[in-house]
Amino acid sequence: MKLLMSGNEAIARGAYECGVSFGAGYPGTPSTEILEEFSKYEGVYAEWAPNEKVALEVGIGAAVAGAKALVTMKHVGVNVAADPLFTVSYTGTNGALVIITADDPSLHSSQNEQDNRNYAKFAKLPMLEPADSDEARRFVRIAFEMSAAFDTPVFLRSTTRVSHSKSVVVAETPVPLEERRELRIDPAKYVMVPAMARMRRVEVEKRLRALRAFAETFPENRMEIRNGEAGIITAGMPYNYAKDVLPDCSYLKLGLVHPLPERLIRKFAASVKKLYVIEELDPFLEEQIRAMGIEVTGKELFPYTNEFDPGVIAGAMGLKTDASIKPPEVVIPPRPPNLCPGCPHRGLFHVLGKLKATFVAGDIGCYTLAFMKPLAGLHSCICMGASIGMAHGMSKALGEKGRGKVVGVIGDSTFLHSGITPLLNLAYNQGEAVIVICDNRTTAMTGMQEHPATGYTLQGTKTKEVDFQALATVLGIDSVREIDPYDLKNTRTVMKEELARGGSSLVVSRRSCVLFKRHSPETRKPLRVNANKCIGCRNCLDLGCPPIAWRSFKDRPAHEIVKNAKKQDGNSYIDADSCTGCTLCQQVCKVGAIEEVE
Amino acid sequence: MDRKDKQLRKDIAAGPARSVLLAGVGGQGILRASDILCRVIMEAGLDVKKSEVHGMAQRGGCVTSHVRYGQKVYSPIERKGNVDILLAFEKLEALRYLDYLKPSGRIIVNETEIYPPAVNLGTMPYPDNAVALIRQGFSTVKVIKARDLAAAAGNIRAENTVLLGALSPWLDFAPDLWERVLKESFPTRTLDANRQAFHLGRDYREGEGGG
Repeated sequence: MKLLMSGNEAIARGAYECGVSFGAGYPGTPSTEILEEFSKYEGVYAEWAPNEKVALEVGIGAAVAGAKALVTMKHVGVNVAADPLFTVSYTGTNGALVIITADDPSLHSSQNEQDNRNYAKFAKLPMLEPADSDEARRFVRIAFEMSAAFDTPVFLRSTTRVSHSKSVVVAETPVPLEERRELRIDPAKYVMVPAMARMRRVEVEKRLRALRAFAETFPENRMEIRNGEAGIITAGMPYNYAKDVLPDCSYLKLGLVHPLPERLIRKFAASVKKLYVIEELDPFLEEQIRAMGIEVTGKELFPYTNEFDPGVIAGAMGLKTDASIKPPEVVIPPRPPNLCPGCPHRGLFHVLGKLKATFVAGDIGCYTLAFMKPLAGLHSCICMGASIGMAHGMSKALGEKGRGKVVGVIGDSTFLHSGITPLLNLAYNQGEAVIVICDNRTTAMTGMQEHPATGYTLQGTKTKEVDFQALATVLGIDSVREIDPYDLKNTRTVMKEELARGGSSLVVSRRSCVLFKRHSPETRKPLRVNANKCIGCRNCLDLGCPPIAWRSFKDRPAHEIVKNAKKQDGNSYIDADSCTGCTLCQQVCKVGAIEEVE
Repeated sequence: MDRKDKQLRKDIAAGPARSVLLAGVGGQGILRASDILCRVIMEAGLDVKKSEVHGMAQRGGCVTSHVRYGQKVYSPIERKGNVDILLAFEKLEALRYLDYLKPSGRIIVNETEIYPPAVNLGTMPYPDNAVALIRQGFSTVKVIKARDLAAAAGNIRAENTVLLGALSPWLDFAPDLWERVLKESFPTRTLDANRQAFHLGRDYREGEGGG
């Protein structure tokens, strides 16, 4: 059966086809859809864990009990899961454990561009890398077979272009792998105290040797011999780009990027006059091939940064590219991503951006966009959970100078991911900061995933719901408040009071994501600007709300112009089709010029 | 598959991969449209790949979807200067991606303006001569008011289907193939409006040809 599938859908399909029925992960672009799609198959169990470390530990537990477990995350998620990762490499997995890392070359939706192939080498684990959706589907099965055969966790690395490109998949009937779930007590294998870990350490090296031998004859490490002039060693999506631009070269396409098949690489290198390595990000293959004493050309020509495309490869190889069009001679205004019309974050950050001399430590989520003008209400973003620790550290470092001037903001899902321990630290070490949980009742940025405070699981079961206020109180936070970010006046008052009072505070800014219909089924009337009242002060434009535009009087016919103030040179306009009627602009308008559309 | 389809398939298969670049703004239904396009191509018996970016970029930012098809397709993304057809859901986005086109490339541009933040704030102008600028470099430009046609079809959200309709005569796939894929792509509730939107787009002729 031929289906058009994204790489992520194909990974889920591949797991289903080989009988995997246990999955865990944490959402993160570009990995999110893998577990979402997997969870829809008949008879599987899948869960969103609060973070990637927990997801991996859940997967380890399931695998030790004999299950075939799938664990999914984005590249930076592996940093969070790194602690269990490096030791499960020693214990092995009993059942089977496959970890998907979805990397993001070009940082389409990430804070860094790390190359997670390095984790395979670092943690001494095998890593497969598919180049398109059908390979993704097939490689998942191979990964599970390898995991069971070598008693090792196996990485499957995707990138944004593999995960989010669609191509034709030849779906097969599911043929379950054998699985025996039972309690299995084996301390020598699973209790990693030094004495036993030292023994397992030796096993890890034995396993790597066996995997190197396996790699030599692994059919997905594939030679395509065309001519003896130039040979290209590549893997994953760059293989496709290279094939488009350089169809006549010989190829060694690696399906397994760690460990490498040294004999096969030597054989391939000997068959061509000049050898290239084409790989995005780090010279991961190149350095290892060079260490084999093989002469190779790689990063001298190809960039270290950003994802490739066929044009990058043609350019690097010095090929004449097709006559390209000169861009039109006009300044094209940029279109950066923006908070949606009616986004509840807008009210909060409008208030935070106007607080004088206050540092707002930010975090990962849609609200990170509030750093941009005109809101300019966020001043840092490092990683999931960093806001709270940073706010605490800043308050401690500044002492008296920082009193009443340090805020940390974090989303609901991000707080549950890695904000609880730093909040505990803030209370325990008596920091002075106001922490705001931007609680929009969902994991919005990645597309409305459930988390431990939404009341539902990934597979739709009703469940327990964390109470942020009660949690903060038991952790020892001095003051706990709740605000509605659609109410600007109260939001401003509460923020000022909490900043003034000293000690630690938690403010829950609660209002459902405007795109998430569970909590806000009612529709509000859109608003419009009454030109007979607007004085052109631009207060409403300060909200950076997409439907609100400035219309200059210049170039407009005289009969359309209504001047309500002396120096007025234009007025605001609201696009009623996209306005959600959140009323923030109505609240900032001093002359009452913003009205409901009748 | 009738004889005409077989011939078309042979013609396409004989040449290099062809490409369509869909460009617009998050929320315009670009990904849905490119899904439908890919299914039509797949059902016509050709290899097809498409690529787009999700996540942060979708929050009101630019959205593009590359579609490449032929006998065998490797890269899901097309390089600059090599796109056959640009299907622009918004005028500014048409300008932004013009340099992806071949000199002989063709363009369909939706006569709609969605203001980016700098234009809303009044700090940058929205180019008032976008279509003229497009026509300067390209001889085949189809300008279409997809929103009006979608409204006429009874669903303003069917703008993307109108644009697919406008694209369809340039691709030569059999109308009944489009019909079948449309039927499988929409719930009964919105199928009629989308079907009509597609035909209004397909039959639209005004503004086509040299500039």
